[in-house]
Amino acid sequence: MDALDVARWQFGVTTVYHFLFVPLTIGLSVLVAILQTLWHRTGNKKYLKLTRFYGKLFLINFAMGVVTGIVQEFQFGMNWSDYSRFVGDIFGAPLAIEALVAFFLESTFIGLWIFGWDRLPKRVHLATIWAAAIGTNLSAYFILAANSFMQNPVGYRYNPDTGRAELTDFVAVLTNEVALITFPHTIAGAFLVAGSLLVAVALWHLIRNRDSADTPAYRFAAKFGAWVTLAATAAVVITGDIQGKIMTEVQPMKMAAAEGLYHTESPAPFSVLTIGSLDGSRELFAIKIPYLLSYLGTGDPDGTVHGINDLQALYSAQYGPGSYTPIIPVTYWSFRFMIGFGLAAAAIALLVLWTQRRGRAVPNSKWLLRAGLAMPILPLLANSFGWIFTEMGRQPWIVFGEMLTRDGVSRSVSLAEVLTSFTAFTLIYAILAVIEVKLLVRYAKAGVPDVTPTPEPDDTDDAERPLAFAY
Amino acid sequence: MELTTIWFLLVAVLFTGYFILEGFDFGVGMLLPVLGRDDRERRVMINTIGPVWDGNEVWLITAGGAMFAAFPEWYATLFSGFYLPLLLILLALIARGVAFEYRHKRPEPTWKRRWDKAIFYGSLIPAILWGVAFANILRGVPLSADHEYVGGLLNLLNPYALLGGATTAALFATHGAVFIALKTLGDIRDRAAALAVRLGAATAVLAVAFLAWTLTIRSSAAAIVLAAGAALALLGGLAAAKVRREGWAFTGTAVAIALAVATLFAALFPNVLPSTLDPAGTLTATNAASTPYTLKIMTWVAVIFTPIVLAYQGWTYWVFRKRIGVTHIPQQ
Repeated sequence: MDALDVARWQFGVTTVYHFLFVPLTIGLSVLVAILQTLWHRTGNKKYLKLTRFYGKLFLINFAMGVVTGIVQEFQFGMNWSDYSRFVGDIFGAPLAIEALVAFFLESTFIGLWIFGWDRLPKRVHLATIWAAAIGTNLSAYFILAANSFMQNPVGYRYNPDTGRAELTDFVAVLTNEVALITFPHTIAGAFLVAGSLLVAVALWHLIRNRDSADTPAYRFAAKFGAWVTLAATAAVVITGDIQGKIMTEVQPMKMAAAEGLYHTESPAPFSVLTIGSLDGSRELFAIKIPYLLSYLGTGDPDGTVHGINDLQALYSAQYGPGSYTPIIPVTYWSFRFMIGFGLAAAAIALLVLWTQRRGRAVPNSKWLLRAGLAMPILPLLANSFGWIFTEMGRQPWIVFGEMLTRDGVSRSVSLAEVLTSFTAFTLIYAILAVIEVKLLVRYAKAGVPDVTPTPEPDDTDDAERPLAFAY
Repeated sequence: MELTTIWFLLVAVLFTGYFILEGFDFGVGMLLPVLGRDDRERRVMINTIGPVWDGNEVWLITAGGAMFAAFPEWYATLFSGFYLPLLLILLALIARGVAFEYRHKRPEPTWKRRWDKAIFYGSLIPAILWGVAFANILRGVPLSADHEYVGGLLNLLNPYALLGGATTAALFATHGAVFIALKTLGDIRDRAAALAVRLGAATAVLAVAFLAWTLTIRSSAAAIVLAAGAALALLGGLAAAKVRREGWAFTGTAVAIALAVATLFAALFPNVLPSTLDPAGTLTATNAASTPYTLKIMTWVAVIFTPIVLAYQGWTYWVFRKRIGVTHIPQQ
């Protein structure tokens, strides 16, 4: 074990952890904004209750996303300083713009939304949650543009005098084809999580508090969440399909690694499940769908998909001797878990809609309850495995074709230092995870709040009125 | 003006904004056990910064991002070199941010006491360590010819840097006390005002010593003028606090922080991280910078979006301009 390994583990742990909160923030900010808009439009108290209720869950989650996000920005300089030197000219810009253009918007307006319930006119208050939601989604774009440069570097040239990559076309970086497709894929994945959370919580109340006066609110939330989940799944599948084709073109090794496809094949079958030896020499058991991989990768059922062994030989000739192959079991299984867990959530959403068809009451079923509670966990896992796949599938590169991961690590940071920070982050993150989940469950179980009428703010003195949503 | 100079100024402005804004957030956090005598008073204190602390913290994220984009070498050397202090700052900011949001989520006194501790240490630790970090930037650190930090942790804990840490902690505490006096009603307002004067006197001694020491290490005409201005603004702020002109007192401490940060950057220019070892290792606004193309794009983005950000952040402060007191805090 050396500093490089620990730095990689730290990046993996802190990033996957950060991204447990990000999808909920992205998706739920918009869903809460929609609920509040519905209240604003119809005046129906049910929507206000749901806005307040899911708004609370949103905020419990939001805080974690914010604080774990700061670590991400600092981590590049702390653990990956040679990477930062190499790509700073390109990679720094989207991060800085994200902070200035998007994160300020999100953070400032979320403060206004939390504390503005009785301080702002209703319309302005509604606008604050939309501003925060727009900021959140915009923020994702810049971060994904930065990440996409690592997958498919564009708009730059390597300067041999300075030994670093230098920006030549910023528009090309922002319109990187990988970024353009990764953004909707990621956003759809986020809505899959947020929709699932809506369903899970509402379903729990529908089954456990059968006589609740708020049943209509929960019924709406369950249906709305299920439709969001299904729509998001459709978007994830469509964007994922396009993304697969782009990946086959710009990162063929990642596609081959996703499939464990060792030999170039045309047409190539899609492996549903293969158990074999790691070097691909023997297959013990396999379920394959003929032509499907060719179609997914190239759009043509007879298209050629390059295999790992051929790409390895190609890259060795191009970049010099060395291994250019990711860890195949990791990419192969993370790819399948991503798809499997995502689709499982969609299946449960369908089931939830079916049980409520034509105004039927949700059946009092232990199994339905369990399936519902699994719902938000499944797409979260799918999101995590998606990131693990896309980042591990890029290895051994930190910037594909330009810089190896092992060359990006900080030279001045000792193993002891990285171990200290890795341990500290893992520990504090673990503690906070327990606290966070307990709070979420507590507030989810508490159910929708009573909404006492919130008077319109007026210019007369409100000095004695308690603050709404006060800390 | 050179683009690199513009970006040196912009990074300075971003850190100035960060220390003015998060400075009082840290101050409120540090004074929580001192001024907040019961739970409702502590909630009053936290609610004075409740709507704004998150937006204030984005100044740091933007400053870090700007450093990364405009001066990648500076960002890379500084963040990998000041590893453990930055780690502590991050852990503190994590604990503090979550604490604001979670503290009121459960009624148990033990639960609240624990988060109060997180807020206190989460404010105190960065308040000290930012001073330590910036003092070390100014003093210079051992850098090899290829800009790698070769100093180790103990090198960062020199007397000058520790004085810097004590100064920022005291300055932010005073700034926070003045802010609480400005934003609250009743008993807590009186106590905050009285504390601001006492804390401020000690802060003035520390700040004058630190700025004088700074100017003996590195100096320029501008730095001397700015340092004198910082001292005057602080004393003016204290005088205003004494006669209970709270708006002026806050203006005084805010200007003092701004001018003190400006002093450091003015003394530093054109270096961004001087080397005490190999002069070739010294990072300057030129040799640490990105290409002119990147700087030009970033300049356009900054020119367009900074005024917008300032406008809506300013509006937030306007919306929440009213003072709050214990009567505003709902019973559980």
